[in-house]
Amino acid sequence: MASNLRHVTTPLVQNNPVTLQILGICSALAVTTSLSTALVMSMALTVVLCLASATISLIRNHIPNVIRLIVQIIIIASLVIVIDELLQAYAFEISRQLSIFVGLIVTNCLVMGRAEAFAMRNPVWPSVLDGLGNGLGYSLVLIIVGSIRELLGAGTLLGYTILTPASQGGWFVPLGLMQLAPSAFFIIGLLIWAIRTYWVVQVETPKFRLKLQRSRG
Amino acid sequence: MLNPFRLWQGFLARPNDDSIKVFGVAILVAMISAIFVSTAAVALKPLQDAHLEAERAARMAQMLDTLPGMREVMEEAGVDTLETRVVELATGAFATNIDPADYDLEAATGDPEQSTAIPPDVDVAGLRRRANHAPVHLLERDGTLLLIVLPVEGTGYQSTIRAMLALEPDLNTIAALTITEQGETPGIGARVEDPAWLALWPGTQVADENGNIVISVVRGTATGPYEVDAISGATVTSNGVANMLRYWLGDHGYGPFLDRLATEGL
Repeated sequence: MASNLRHVTTPLVQNNPVTLQILGICSALAVTTSLSTALVMSMALTVVLCLASATISLIRNHIPNVIRLIVQIIIIASLVIVIDELLQAYAFEISRQLSIFVGLIVTNCLVMGRAEAFAMRNPVWPSVLDGLGNGLGYSLVLIIVGSIRELLGAGTLLGYTILTPASQGGWFVPLGLMQLAPSAFFIIGLLIWAIRTYWVVQVETPKFRLKLQRSRG
Repeated sequence: MLNPFRLWQGFLARPNDDSIKVFGVAILVAMISAIFVSTAAVALKPLQDAHLEAERAARMAQMLDTLPGMREVMEEAGVDTLETRVVELATGAFATNIDPADYDLEAATGDPEQSTAIPPDVDVAGLRRRANHAPVHLLERDGTLLLIVLPVEGTGYQSTIRAMLALEPDLNTIAALTITEQGETPGIGARVEDPAWLALWPGTQVADENGNIVISVVRGTATGPYEVDAISGATVTSNGVANMLRYWLGDHGYGPFLDRLATEGL
């Protein structure tokens, strides 16, 4: 049990899918303008990841190697469509805000990556835990980025005003940049920096080094 | 005697690179996924439609709120919503035999028996077919038309754009335009829903003195009474909206109906 539990805990920070594996960046930029969309996207992705890992792991011994990627994609895509339909039926407003990004979970490298790297080779229960752990790791990054962007960009959290903006008589001037995609890059970059300062092992050795130019003449 | 259980076990026992197994697994996975997805889509459709309907009603209410004085007029007339009537597009007459509450415009557009192919030379909105009847919403007092709202649809950059177009009683001036449904690129064409852009439409004239439909979107700054600024970076979407209006206000769209209203009244 304890050895299984590590599948959930290591992807949270240490082997985080976003900050170490650099997967799922596209959606992490797109849906983190507010905390509520980040939360819904996190839940949708975690559910898809767990179910996809479970299904793929269940039939892993019978997936022919030549068509394994197609089989994985079909399973993931079907799950995503069903989740999308459920959101449209039960959380219409949020599905409007997420627009195409729920559909894009299909192309989220994270889901395919875990299916290919873990669920294809491991029994069902560890695969579900691995999916859960990676989903939660992704969620953690999304929630951190979403909170920072919503708080600094609009002065609110989950729609509740925390910092009263100057336009409503407060002192806080919202940072428009935080509502734009590049700010998510900055925040994720800072997160990666912080994590790699703590776990120095994660720092990659540079492939190329700048060469000092010798002055001529 | 064939035993299905044995057959299944035999299938599973085949090596994974065997071609029968490859085809079998592919077909089975595809079939099961298809059943799963279509069940969910069909079972959840009523709930989703209810949300879309509620949103459409909310957009309509929102549009009425943007029209100056419209709420007061409605209060005086003692109504809180517009009256809906079904129009036969070809003749421009009201189709009294169709109950507006039961009429589903989208379903009719897809039904060959209830729709007409649009000749390619007039199909500027890229729709190919349109329903024979359309539900229009109107506000009248003592037989005088105060506002008419027409449902329209057209092709944008990557999706069908559906909208509500409100016309002033002169049937030539746009009172309001609101987008009810679109799937354009988020952040680019999807700005078609931006209230600031939609606010450019009221007051724009549709046809010139000779009755030719000249309304259009232009790059840069609109100059005449028939022009609206395009959304920068989303020219195709903007043109799609203009073409949608040109088609629906033309002879193949609401043209006959509007002509009849202008000459005969309600």
